[in-house]
Amino acid sequence: METLGAFSLLLALCLAAYAFLASSIGGWKDKPFLLESARRAVYGVFLLLTAASAILVYALMTSDFRFAYVAERSNRAMPAVYKFAAWWGGQEGSLLLWSWMLSLYSAIVVWTNRAKHRNLMPWVIAVLTFTQTFFCLLNVFVEPPFQMLAVGRGITSVADGNGLNPLLQYWLMAIHPPALYLGFVGFVVPFAFAFASLLKREPGEAWIATTRRWSLVTWGFLSIGIMLGQGWAYAVLGWGGYWGWDPVENASLLPWITGTAFLHSVMMQEKKGMMKVWNMVLISATYFLCIFGTFLTRSGIVSSVHAFAQSSLGSWFVGFLAISISITVFLILRRLDYLKSEAHLESVLSRESSFLFNNLLLLASCFAVLWGTLFPVITEALMGEKITVGAPFFNKVNIPIGLALLLLTGVGPLIAWRRSSWESLKRAFRWPVLVMGLTMAVLIAFGVRHFYALISLGLCAFVAATVVMEFYKGARSIAARSQMNFVRAMVELTHRNTRRYGGYLVHMGIVLMFIGYTGSAFNKDTTEEVKIGSHFRIGAYELHVKEVTDGSNPNYSWQRAVIAVHRHGEYVGDLKPERRVYAASQQPTSEVAIRRRLNEDLYLNFASMSQSDPEAAIIQAYVFPLVSWIWIGFYVLLFGTIVCLIPSKVKYAYPKTQVVGVYERQPEPAQ
Amino acid sequence: MKTYLRFGILVAAVLGTLAWLAASGIRESKTYYKTISELKSMPQSEAGKRVRVTGDVVAGSIRREGTAVHFQICEKERGATLNVVYTGKDPLPDTFRDEAQAMADGKLAPDGTFHASSIAAKCPSKYEAAPGKAAPQPLNPGTARSSL
Repeated sequence: METLGAFSLLLALCLAAYAFLASSIGGWKDKPFLLESARRAVYGVFLLLTAASAILVYALMTSDFRFAYVAERSNRAMPAVYKFAAWWGGQEGSLLLWSWMLSLYSAIVVWTNRAKHRNLMPWVIAVLTFTQTFFCLLNVFVEPPFQMLAVGRGITSVADGNGLNPLLQYWLMAIHPPALYLGFVGFVVPFAFAFASLLKREPGEAWIATTRRWSLVTWGFLSIGIMLGQGWAYAVLGWGGYWGWDPVENASLLPWITGTAFLHSVMMQEKKGMMKVWNMVLISATYFLCIFGTFLTRSGIVSSVHAFAQSSLGSWFVGFLAISISITVFLILRRLDYLKSEAHLESVLSRESSFLFNNLLLLASCFAVLWGTLFPVITEALMGEKITVGAPFFNKVNIPIGLALLLLTGVGPLIAWRRSSWESLKRAFRWPVLVMGLTMAVLIAFGVRHFYALISLGLCAFVAATVVMEFYKGARSIAARSQMNFVRAMVELTHRNTRRYGGYLVHMGIVLMFIGYTGSAFNKDTTEEVKIGSHFRIGAYELHVKEVTDGSNPNYSWQRAVIAVHRHGEYVGDLKPERRVYAASQQPTSEVAIRRRLNEDLYLNFASMSQSDPEAAIIQAYVFPLVSWIWIGFYVLLFGTIVCLIPSKVKYAYPKTQVVGVYERQPEPAQ
Repeated sequence: MKTYLRFGILVAAVLGTLAWLAASGIRESKTYYKTISELKSMPQSEAGKRVRVTGDVVAGSIRREGTAVHFQICEKERGATLNVVYTGKDPLPDTFRDEAQAMADGKLAPDGTFHASSIAAKCPSKYEAAPGKAAPQPLNPGTARSSL
């Protein structure tokens, strides 16, 4: 069976390489038979990789310890769901998952476009299979998942495996990597379409229309992946934070930033025919950052608390990135005439301008994060000394950028295209500015003096007011015209233009998340050595350590502190933070206990028993105001993204502004 | 042209501010990677530098005194050891224990102890092997492996 798995991978590599060659040559020389065979090869690659993955998963589920991968990542006592999750629990498996997802996406793209885009598809397939070939190469030659241990031939035996890293045995972590990968891999598709239309000088913006859904879905998955990572860091890693500017976290954030910039600036191209070069650069950058992110997490180039393997993958990735970046840059430079803008910026006070600054800020943030992440690598190369920068650097740059972006989130959607006057601005923003001023005044009255927190919450109120106003105005006119009740009118309004109102919902989600992040300005923490039976205080809470119990199950043994929580003197329940030692790996982990409420979380970690006093426990207690709003905001963002994906009831035709005398559009040939 | 000039000024102002913030952020938080022996031979003039130092936690050296944690890390080859005291507010990572590879972030005090403000740790290459060390750690003595 293992032979079958390895052969499937090898065959998948050959087929992917074949599909790349066949579709390139077929597209170039216009050979329909070659193209058809390339298409079928794409399905073939998908089937083969599915078979290989199925074999690996089967081995994991049945605890077949002849497989080195299974013996290292799994053990008998693990629950079935984590046995399955061990598929992506290690280097070889997660690269296989990457490959498999790419093949799945490719197959879907080829199937759904089988009768469309005859001109583009050969090159779309070429880009997809080029990437696929690279990852299959890694699967076959660099990180083969089907290494066998010589078990059961009288040489050795493996009674039980090492088990999945206990830190990964948590439900969020079981689905975090696939979600992130669905995002990483998905950006290949819009990139492939962009590349193909660039190569073929495809008139019009077909590639944007075709890949809009892809980009959105992919962006959604990437958001889910990042948020799951934050949720996991918060609930499992036990340091009380959700984001540490760790290289691996940054790796997932980078393509999200450029992807967000892309989603915004394609609107400029769709509606005004502007920023074409820019969009091409953005989608390419997003794709390369996805590959680069995989490279960062998988090669161990920058040391990280996530402690992933160091491996020889690095040079492969550098090679792949160098080749594909050069090809893309070369192509963009050769096609600059095709990417000529159809309109010009006319005023600083305009929708165009807000998009421009949105892009500028996102890119600046992306660059700063990339710079900070690679700082040790850069300084080592330039100065011969490894220097790293920490969270203060990232916060210092990204907090102002985030706030400026938040401001634009409120301003952008309400400001007019082309040019806007101060008068109309005053009209549009009178109420939101008033709400913002009131919010800040109330906060100051309640004693909030933190500068960034004040600005942030004020801006949150501002943006929320603009969004509410937009919904209210639209829904009121529908309600008046068609005698609907207000709630139904809101739904109707959203349904008529899902892109616009879905977008507002996403913005609303972002606002709620900002409220949650701002809460971190008011965090409290304390570490106490407490005798069993005595108590300590943090914020409004009084914590009584009642007892410490212990026990074990086949997977791990545990020690648990039972702590009674009193809030303002009133008993509100017990929290039970726990320490575990996993049997297979002998690795200790801490399970924090969290009391989640909308206003603040109480977060307890049982650090250890005291060494000087066996009757005392060391407890770390934290109060995190507003954290829950991050997760709530995330659900709103997700909901908004889904709304964006629903087709609008009314088909809007976006008239393009024509600037006479600058550039005449060619009539589009019938497809 | 006037419009473009305005855009130019605005863009330059935004980028300038950010560059200034970035530069001061780097100044504040830059940390040098040093080995234990490099740290020990560091001239007095550089004593205030923030340093990140990596070593293996000496077995049995972890000692908690109240909320502070004392331990020693050592270099494998040259055997230099360093006394570290951790007083940071974040809980120690779960992977931090005897013989783990620990990375301490902080400053060297005049008395030769290293005051760490944060600790990161990797477990002793149980799950992932470094390249060049051939196969991952044998599961139990005598486990042979064959690749396909």
